[in-house]
Amino acid sequence: MPRTTRRAFLAGTALVSVLPFAPARATPEAMAAVIKEVVGDNVIREGRVTLELPPLIENGSTVPLTVSVESPMSEADYVKAIHIFNEKNPQPHVFDARLSPRNGRALIATRIKLGDSQRIVAIAETSKGEFFSASADVIVTLAACLEDIT
Amino acid sequence: MTNVLINAPKTAKKGEVIELKALILHPMETGFRPGTNGRIIPRNIIEHFVATWNGTEIFRMDFSPAIAANPFVSFFAVATESGTIGFRWTGDEGFQVEESVAIAVG
Repeated sequence: MPRTTRRAFLAGTALVSVLPFAPARATPEAMAAVIKEVVGDNVIREGRVTLELPPLIENGSTVPLTVSVESPMSEADYVKAIHIFNEKNPQPHVFDARLSPRNGRALIATRIKLGDSQRIVAIAETSKGEFFSASADVIVTLAACLEDIT
Repeated sequence: MTNVLINAPKTAKKGEVIELKALILHPMETGFRPGTNGRIIPRNIIEHFVATWNGTEIFRMDFSPAIAANPFVSFFAVATESGTIGFRWTGDEGFQVEESVAIAVG
């Protein structure tokens, strides 16, 4: 067994100190897994959903997001739920909204945080059990979740 | 103490689809950020937002830490009858705030 020399020990500590601080992160795979949880074995179709985000985001801590779904919003056919997912924030969920014919229009606007340039996915579930999706790619120059400087 | 801003029409025609906007002051601390002492700041977010019309739930949204600080939500509702539109936010550390606005539907 080789003896640990002072040089080797110092080299080891130096290596440990440069290891990047890597908190758990959502990945495209994690997002796909969460989407699978929501959708199950149903087919997700493109279309009907419109997801609007600015393509270039200077500040990831407040990003306006608007999602709308084409739907008559009648008792017979309405959007039941809208889910938003991301690829690279610490967690893949952004929000889940529940709607009903009482909403009249399937449109939600809010503000979200983004930790990195990534793809955002919106999935809408209709009362008929159909799933529709849309996605948007965004570039973030200043990420949210930075150190608290206040 | 808690500041809430609601934007809703005071009157509407029966059956009209109206936009409701709600903003609340809240840090939405994610639980992933280190503070000045290097330790992670504990998570403190609003988890649920529920809107009711005369007590009947019309809209619900579950937040994640990825909702920006001072959560803002805009959504739509069909004006069915006169009464009150209620908004409720609940979250970590026993956070609970309710606010309501009156609407006349004619």
